[in-house]
Amino acid sequence: MIKMMLCREATRLMSKRLDAPLGLGERLSLRLHLGMCRPCRHCNAQFDVLHRVGHHFDAEPNADKSDNAPRS
Amino acid sequence: MAAETTQNTHARMQRLAAVRPRLVSFARLQLREPALAEDTVQEALATAIEKDDDFAGRSGYETWVFGILKYKILDALRAQRRQGKWQPFVDDGDNEAIDRQFQQSGHWQVAARPSDWGDPEATFANEHFWQVFDACMIALPDNIARVFSLRELMGLSTADICKETGLKENNCWVILHRARLRLRACIERGYLSEHAPQHGLSERGK
Repeated sequence: MIKMMLCREATRLMSKRLDAPLGLGERLSLRLHLGMCRPCRHCNAQFDVLHRVGHHFDAEPNADKSDNAPRS
Repeated sequence: MAAETTQNTHARMQRLAAVRPRLVSFARLQLREPALAEDTVQEALATAIEKDDDFAGRSGYETWVFGILKYKILDALRAQRRQGKWQPFVDDGDNEAIDRQFQQSGHWQVAARPSDWGDPEATFANEHFWQVFDACMIALPDNIARVFSLRELMGLSTADICKETGLKENNCWVILHRARLRLRACIERGYLSEHAPQHGLSERGK
């Protein structure tokens, strides 16, 4: 039986996954935790937003959106 | 020089002027010294004008200019480091800003539970979000903000960040985790509240 990971530890993995590949065990326990914890799902989405802010500086203002980073 | 080329060059100069505010706010977030940020952008613009022929009509002019700026920023950062302007990162266990978000048990504090920011594209399109983001970046301690922006604004790998900063990769991950948690909490307070942030950088373009 896998011990349920705590939110604080889950956020560590949510962050690390943006910088390095997670191990299999880490991936599984993170996925399990996210499946059961709504605040952590929100946190995960917020980390993704932060991970994409850089693209919104140097994207072309009238780009053809081919770089997946459309600007307002 | 053919008339058409001259016209293209002129059009690019106008685009440079238009992108300048974004270059300045980007450089400020990374360098955290307004005067140095201005100088670094000036240098990048001068290089872009000088190397205009190199660009030769490839697509992605703004991206090309940002690429030049990133090189200039890295040079400026290395100079900052050589001049001893960087506070060394000491893991003094000062996690207060993060401890406040979690209970002893490891679960979220009720008041700190992350909420839904909605559609990311709408978030990015929201000027208020960017003002809050700027204010929250400024509120971060320098050495945490530096690692975060090297990673998320400059797009360096953590291995490259280690080279630039002398940090161990493990420390980088710890710092990035803290930076993200602090930023998300700060942005959530500023972005989702009715309140305007105390101050935003007005430099940022649209």
